[in-house]
Amino acid sequence: MGSPTFNLDEFIGQKYRQGFFTPLESDTVPHGLDENVIRLISEKKGEPAFMLDWRLQAYRHWLTMTEPKWSSVKYPPIDYQAISYYSAPKSKKVGPRSLDEVDPELLRTYEKLGVPLAEREMLAGVAVDAVFDSVSVATTFKAKLAELGIIFSSFSDAVKEYPELVQKYLGSVVPYTDNYFACLNSAVFSDGSFCYIPPGVRCPMELSTYFRINARNTGQFERTLIIADKGAYVSYLEGCTAPMRDENQLHAAVVELIALEDAQIKYSTVQNWYPGDKNGKGGIYNFVTKRGECRGDNARISWTQVETGSAITWKYPSVVLRGDNSIGEFYSVALTNNHQQADTGTKMIHLGKNTRSTILSKGISAGHGHNAYRGLVKVAKSAVNARNYTQCDSLLLGDQCAAHTFPYIEVKNPGAQIEHEATTSRIGEDQLFYCQSRGLSAEDAVAMIVNGFCKEVFKELPMEFAVEAQKLLGISLEGSVG
Amino acid sequence: MRLLGESHKYHLDEYAQHKSQLPGRRLQWLTALREDAIKRFVALGFPTPRDEGWKYTNVAPIEKKRFTLPTIRAASAFDASIVAGLALPGTSMLVFVDGRHVPELSSLRPLPVGAAVSSVAAMLETQPEEVEAAMTRATPRASTFTALNTAWMSDGLFVALEAGVELVEPIHVLYLATTPDTATHTRNIIVAGPNSRAAIIEQHAALTDAAYFTNVVTDITIKRGARIEHHKVQDEGRAAFHIAAVTADVARDGHFVSGSHAFGGVLARVGINVALNGEGAQCTLDGLYMPNSRQHIDHHTRIDHNQPRGTSRELYKGVMAGAGHGVFNGKIVVQPNAQRSDAEQTNRNLLLSDNAEVDTRPQLEIWADDVKCSHGATVGQLDVDQIFYLRSRGVDDASARALLTYGFAAEMAERVSFAALRDRIDALIRARLPQPLEKLA
Amino acid sequence: MNTLLEIRNLHAGVDDGAAVRPILRGLDLTVRAGEVHAVMGPNGSGKSTLAYVLAGRDRYTVTSGEILYDGHSLLDIAPEERARAGVFLAFQYPVEIPGVSNIYLLKAAVNAARKHRGEEELDAMDFLALVRDKLTTMGMDEALLYRPVNQGFSGGEKKRNEILQMALLEPRLAILDETDSGLDIDALRTVADGIQAMRRSDRGIVLITHYQRLLDYVIPDHIHVLAQGRIALSGGPELARELERRGYAWVENGAPAEKSLPSGAAPAGRTATSTPSGE
Repeated sequence: MGSPTFNLDEFIGQKYRQGFFTPLESDTVPHGLDENVIRLISEKKGEPAFMLDWRLQAYRHWLTMTEPKWSSVKYPPIDYQAISYYSAPKSKKVGPRSLDEVDPELLRTYEKLGVPLAEREMLAGVAVDAVFDSVSVATTFKAKLAELGIIFSSFSDAVKEYPELVQKYLGSVVPYTDNYFACLNSAVFSDGSFCYIPPGVRCPMELSTYFRINARNTGQFERTLIIADKGAYVSYLEGCTAPMRDENQLHAAVVELIALEDAQIKYSTVQNWYPGDKNGKGGIYNFVTKRGECRGDNARISWTQVETGSAITWKYPSVVLRGDNSIGEFYSVALTNNHQQADTGTKMIHLGKNTRSTILSKGISAGHGHNAYRGLVKVAKSAVNARNYTQCDSLLLGDQCAAHTFPYIEVKNPGAQIEHEATTSRIGEDQLFYCQSRGLSAEDAVAMIVNGFCKEVFKELPMEFAVEAQKLLGISLEGSVG
Repeated sequence: MRLLGESHKYHLDEYAQHKSQLPGRRLQWLTALREDAIKRFVALGFPTPRDEGWKYTNVAPIEKKRFTLPTIRAASAFDASIVAGLALPGTSMLVFVDGRHVPELSSLRPLPVGAAVSSVAAMLETQPEEVEAAMTRATPRASTFTALNTAWMSDGLFVALEAGVELVEPIHVLYLATTPDTATHTRNIIVAGPNSRAAIIEQHAALTDAAYFTNVVTDITIKRGARIEHHKVQDEGRAAFHIAAVTADVARDGHFVSGSHAFGGVLARVGINVALNGEGAQCTLDGLYMPNSRQHIDHHTRIDHNQPRGTSRELYKGVMAGAGHGVFNGKIVVQPNAQRSDAEQTNRNLLLSDNAEVDTRPQLEIWADDVKCSHGATVGQLDVDQIFYLRSRGVDDASARALLTYGFAAEMAERVSFAALRDRIDALIRARLPQPLEKLA
Repeated sequence: MNTLLEIRNLHAGVDDGAAVRPILRGLDLTVRAGEVHAVMGPNGSGKSTLAYVLAGRDRYTVTSGEILYDGHSLLDIAPEERARAGVFLAFQYPVEIPGVSNIYLLKAAVNAARKHRGEEELDAMDFLALVRDKLTTMGMDEALLYRPVNQGFSGGEKKRNEILQMALLEPRLAILDETDSGLDIDALRTVADGIQAMRRSDRGIVLITHYQRLLDYVIPDHIHVLAQGRIALSGGPELARELERRGYAWVENGAPAEKSLPSGAAPAGRTATSTPSGE
């Protein structure tokens, strides 16, 4: 796009807005990983024996695995011994019981991030579990949710308070043997959110987790487990940010969703980890395993993600459609600017009868960004009358970026109807010119066109998240017009 | 480096034993090429489903078999009427039996000046430098099967067209397999000079129902403004293994038209690699695969847009019946400087039976921004509205299904411009329908 | 005149896999050989359902009642057998069939019917001669024969193609589902002439239509108005004008009906003229 009316430099102006560091005294274990570190983490968290056993099994299995090489992302080797596997802000007690006990510095941090934890200041109807480095620092609205029988707590608390639920479901969707990063997570995960919606209950508010990496040289390995029992409904939001640093930090999370008969889980992510600077220095390696299982008939799981952050994103939120008539959905916007790389997509595994899935993926590449959609639609022999519709669109902004589409479609049942469509194009000069001739600046025109391109995905997000996502997209794109 | 498996030892031993019988054995460059290739084969080994490119196609049955080189048989040993029955009117015909050109069975029609149509083995005798030029260009990144092919290469079609030469009549090359348990490694070389034109039809057929192995490599060079149409009619025997690699290097404003019509064999894999290496180069890739019973038919295509303003169009259709398994893997790569590339790829699949399977992977790898690229893939069944419409006109259910299946597949035949070939493909499609369709006059 | 089609207390609907959604709720209709009946009605009154049920479409399920064709029940008869026995449905939306040429379908259909009647199948030459003759009548271009069935046909071409099929198949009972929709005035006249030419003493014709304009060219012997899944009103050809003037609300509200609707069942005043003509 060579039109002289674009002012590139002006457009680059703004920076990552969540890149500050909060100086806090923290309890950080030394670098390195061995069984003693795992025992230490488990001990610090006061976990029951089954949890430690599981971690150790995972760790031993991890030692036999090698890092996957098949994705399109490129990064220097990670030294797993140079990472600290546990960091928590120091507090007098093991876990704060109410917001009053939370370090005021922490509360200010979340306020600065736009996630006020004080309940009275909250946007009505959103309960937050705030995860700061390795631990959950606050969970709001717990009591109100408990009235309905909904459990919403930090993973650490859940392990102690509801060990039978955790033991029953943990690793049942993503076993520790699943992949290298999920296995590492299983061994060392420090905290995360746990949520259980009892039968027939419709969760009255959005539940959300806000992840913040603060400490230097730490890895964040959180784990989220959501169970929607028969006929239950929950909408869950996840947000993430980190300070700007020159070195890369590893984030290897695992999310497991279980939807029983007639249950529905809607999981939305706005991922804005620090992406590195415009030369590709620093940023988060976001190697995440997210998978849901529609375990009962008529269950439904939707993943919506807006991925604008991280130096490297490697994630495939997936749905195992085991129950008959179950539905899986994946809506994604992934933006890579500067030197960001994203290899993301989904897997829809059709096992039950009359199962349906929809995949809508919008990839935007700018600068030197690399963006790949990788997705699998698998129809097993048992999946009579399965349906899938996939649409993958890529938008290119600039001649140094790349956009790839790698779908895998495997069909073993003749009743399946699968439709996959993909397009790759750049913003049309005629579109830009048209907008400009109506008085829009080039920047506004690009933002408008990109937002239009992503609209079908944004409309799947809860409203306050959608607004956030649109803003984020504008910021992340800055500097990409030229 | 892998351990040397038994099959590798077998191939090495066989090669050592038979290399003196291979054509061009006095040519140093060729011997060196063959030696390098057998080493490369050993280094690479046979691919396994763990290799990304072979995820859905397991060639272990080929690896396990101990195929031998076919012995050369005299032309008189063949019933010429079989060849006549497979001939296409209005073409020059070259016949290869078990991998060797048989001039007595071939019939070349008059060719324009500047057109050379011959066999590779004959060229190695008379003008080896022409073959050398073509063969030394292609090999460095050779796959296992191409390496095997280079090591064992027995013969093949050789076509060279000087600038501006136009062959009005297509060249029909018939490859007949007659001997069970043999492997043939055929190498076809086609070099189209600037602004030349030709159509080449490769037909693979068999006189045996037993297992044999066809390993064919076709290298096509299309110079500036030239146009080559290359059709492959794969109608191998029912127990045959067929591995084919077609590469086309297309220069500025050149046009490569490819049709892969795959019907036969128990395991067939066709790789088509097109490099659009000049500005404004274009390619059109059509394909049809109709596996049934326990057939496995795999197509891997790759189109590299290496220069600006290239156009590619690709349409592949599959009809899977019985326990047939179809695989389509189509990759389009647009390199950084290939601005204004325009690529479209479509893959449509029809599953007709409970045990049929299909795996499809359309892929786009885009490194330039000013492009228009799209792909689409579908998997589905016959349309119930169409079935009802036909039934409401008195066509019974089974015939309606056969007719709609035919309609789906016949589009690929209709896209063939040469009438005799179109009819041949049409007949092959009809022969694979669940029930016969009456031919309209 | 002998009875060709007799529908008695027909209840039918669409089976969505779990249940049958009722659409026709007690429809009665008798068509004798030589008669032309027009079945009119607003959108959603069950007109197309009636057509599909007569032609035997899957998912259109009869829950009770009877359909007798020539004295025999049609209910468990496959669509192709109905077609061969002389039942013809001209589709409201003729289906496009890529890859199958129009002439192929025509010939397959004609020969299937001939074989059924114990007649010799036509060879290609005789068939072509027959088709050419009918083509001229329908004002159709011969090129349409060699194109895939209905694919790339204009709306008018599709409808003419349906009439061409009817002319070739010579059915005893023809059901024309909104054959007039989407036609300009010239095409309408050609199609109407085609239908008019099909009138014969041994043939029954059912014209299903939303508007009366086709009935200016093909004057029916009887007009029935369908509402709420049953015949709400029947009359002679003059009824078409009356409907045009007063709209379907007149019937739906039950005012003139000899068979009046149960009170409260009729929706409030929707009129035929509120929808623009042509589709």
